[in-house]
Amino acid sequence: MSDGHHEELGFWRKYVFSTDHKVIGIQYSVTGLAFLFFGFCLMMLMRWQLAYPNQPIPLIGGLFGDARAPGGIMLPDFYNELGAMHGTIMVFLGVVPLAVGGFGNLILPLQIGAADMAFPKLNMLSYWSLFLGGVTMFGSFFLEGGAAQSGWTSYAPLSNIAPSGQTAWLIGMIFLITSSLLGSVNFIVTTIQLRAQGLSFFRLPFFCWAQFVTAFLLLLAFPPLEAAGVLQLMDRLADTSFFMPDGLVISGEALDISGGGSPLLWQHLFWFLAHPEVYVLILPAMGIVAEVIANNTRKPLWGYRAMVYSVIFLGFMSFIVWAHHMFITGMGTAMATFFQTTTMIISIPSVIILTALLLSLWGGSIRFNTPMLFALAFLPMFGIGGLTGLPLGLAAPDIALHDTYYVIGHFHYVVAPGTIFALFAGVYYWYPKATGRKMSETLGKLHFWPSLIFMNGIFFPMLIQGLNGVSRRLADGGATYDFAGAVGPLNRMQSWSAWGLALAQIPFIINFFMSLRAGEKVGDNPWDATTLEWAAPSPPPHGNFTTEPVVYRGPYEYSVPGAENDFTPQTQEG
Amino acid sequence: MMDLFFPPGASAHAAGIDRMVDWVHVLMLILFIGWGAYFIYAVARFRQGKNPKANYKGAKGSASKYAEIGVAVAEVILLVGFSIPLWADRVDEFPAESDSVVVRVVAQQFAWNIWYPGADGVFGNADPSLVDEETNPIGLDRSDEAAKDDITTINQLHLPVDKPAIIHLTSKDVIHSFNLPNMRIKQDAVPGLSIPMWFVPTKTTAEMREELKSKPRYADTADEFVYEIACAQLCGNSHYSMRGFLTVHTPEEYQAWLDEEASYLGGGEEEDFWN
Ligand code: HEM
Ligand SMILES: [Cu+2]
Ligand SMILES: [Cu+2]
Repeated sequence: MSDGHHEELGFWRKYVFSTDHKVIGIQYSVTGLAFLFFGFCLMMLMRWQLAYPNQPIPLIGGLFGDARAPGGIMLPDFYNELGAMHGTIMVFLGVVPLAVGGFGNLILPLQIGAADMAFPKLNMLSYWSLFLGGVTMFGSFFLEGGAAQSGWTSYAPLSNIAPSGQTAWLIGMIFLITSSLLGSVNFIVTTIQLRAQGLSFFRLPFFCWAQFVTAFLLLLAFPPLEAAGVLQLMDRLADTSFFMPDGLVISGEALDISGGGSPLLWQHLFWFLAHPEVYVLILPAMGIVAEVIANNTRKPLWGYRAMVYSVIFLGFMSFIVWAHHMFITGMGTAMATFFQTTTMIISIPSVIILTALLLSLWGGSIRFNTPMLFALAFLPMFGIGGLTGLPLGLAAPDIALHDTYYVIGHFHYVVAPGTIFALFAGVYYWYPKATGRKMSETLGKLHFWPSLIFMNGIFFPMLIQGLNGVSRRLADGGATYDFAGAVGPLNRMQSWSAWGLALAQIPFIINFFMSLRAGEKVGDNPWDATTLEWAAPSPPPHGNFTTEPVVYRGPYEYSVPGAENDFTPQTQEG
Repeated sequence: MMDLFFPPGASAHAAGIDRMVDWVHVLMLILFIGWGAYFIYAVARFRQGKNPKANYKGAKGSASKYAEIGVAVAEVILLVGFSIPLWADRVDEFPAESDSVVVRVVAQQFAWNIWYPGADGVFGNADPSLVDEETNPIGLDRSDEAAKDDITTINQLHLPVDKPAIIHLTSKDVIHSFNLPNMRIKQDAVPGLSIPMWFVPTKTTAEMREELKSKPRYADTADEFVYEIACAQLCGNSHYSMRGFLTVHTPEEYQAWLDEEASYLGGGEEEDFWN
């Protein structure tokens, strides 16, 4: 790289306060991976308490201090703190930064043939806003009374009267939301403005479509939550009562507030964001899976256009299903009918996308490399996640299942063996592009198979516990209740699976770092792929492409009859 | 099928909800097995070793279209045929108060205050400023005529069998959720709102104990069986132990229980305390 312009930048501008989408993408990815790991650690502690309620945490129990775990025994407040922060961190600091900020930044400009994002400075600002949000969230563990403990949903009034960790949570969220808003504007403009010559919308890889729709969701859904966050902050700090009704009596004391607010208003504002947010967690994952499947079946995606229309429709619909999280807040028939109907409607485009991905396998010549294994496993795992959403989206069965472990099982199937597997697929698939080296296949398989087994060992029993009526967010895993007794012992197996899952990540961590130096060196296009990112050098230099790419065809021209190779890159003329 | 998993049902509408959960799971199983079988077959048949050259065109035919239409039709049936009517039955078809037992439940961190109107059938006034956690957790104004015979308990709900129970649910502090797993009842208790719900318990606690003796999974503990009330919404540090109890009586037993509770009221310390 003897790019004169490039060398003028000092270390700080080049690697820290960089405006290069690739550096920012890597910053996002590393931050996301680190927080995923941290959120995972919080969860492993919770799993101890669920499996062995009120027994001292072995080995490390003494580290948490008397305020959290006297004698190593986890207090309920500590469990709630871990639960709220696991959820918050996994969603807003783990998956979103990695899936959107990381993969979006690294791959989207390359896939559309752009030299960078449309607004590189905004991009940098977006990352640093996320960073501040992360520092705030992480720092809140050290506050008096600990971090937030009112669930990742922060329902008022509980959150309004919680210790100061909740204030930090709100401030952290405001940074995180700001980051997403800045990022989403950038993705939208970049996709619209910076596509290479010849790259029409229907020649965009599905991954770009998924990121594009995701950006709209972030842009339109987050502002209400940002507003709600400010209102809750006012309630906490300035004695307003946006979410506080009249006549509250807390621990025997009548609260001296103006009252007149509505706790349900918070829920509406929260879920107006948080339902689209679940699509933010899943769409980029679907995008990655589509790329990996097309590449490793060596044939075009089946029903590419139907998939694109579905993902757009899904984006629209995701704004009018939010209150399916609120069926049991006292909803009348008209409202319940509306929201369960929209929920059933939104399931159809998801079914279409999943079906298209499955049918894409037909007639393929399937290579089982590590990215493909993760992408293939995504299909049935996401399938379970989607299917278990049906009884929750219908109001009547939701009476039995709402707020039980069935919900936890359902959405974890979507986000853990679903999204997280897709993200792993993406890491293995694009690692050579980012570094010029491949990750080890052997270690990859050692990572994949145990992860698949342990994931199911954790989450499948949750569905059974939920059918038995066991509530979520119980600091003793339900040990208080007789009716939960029959499925209590499952907790042990789940916890051991969770710790097993942790061990199964060791090959990945080793692979990730070792391959930086010792990985097999590869050329620009190690997977014989068709999309534009593979036309750039690995790793791409500042400005990405050595010559400006021109696009002549659709994204997945694999095994074209009569073609010389089994892949015809988008840049190939004729 | 799924009653293997459910807590044993004991209300008039439980069977309807259970049947619906069953049907949804049947649909889910069909789809999963169908997709799964196809998936395994496709992955095996089209592996590179067996099929070195991919087919550009891929899958043909319209089986997938029919499958998608099938899913949509099944969802419409579940929605229109089951879920909407079941829901309407829960929230629109309230029985007459005169034919029902009417109870108020006031949730708080971390207990359920159960409040009966007493012999006059009228709930007395309550005021947050009268709340005393030890003696009067709901702030009942005993100087109000209608309040004089009101009965309150903590965590103990008693109901007669086969008579509709209407519960007006609210909360003093944060949001809780009143969950009676055996009755297939769950309703958030939201401060500032009073939300009604209803159900008909169909098995007395004693009958349920008998019934469970014949179920291997519960036989050992059948004698100690109680209907439990669980809090289903995170409400603070002791959310996990916010446990209440429902006892379902025969009508005679229920009346006897009410009489006994009423006898604690007249001329008792509580009266002196409040007047
Ligand atoms: C892969 C390993 C994971 C495991 C074993 C795991 C396990 C758990 C457990 C045990 C709970 C607590 C349930 C309760 O107390 O009721 C929980 C809650 C939660 N998890 Fe995870 N989790 C994992 C990954 C994820 C990921 C990737 C996400 C999001 C993208 C996520 C989001 C959440 C959220 C939002 C909650 C809060 C649910 C609530 O508030 O009720 N988790 N998880
Ligand atoms: Cu939702
Ligand atoms: Cu509660």
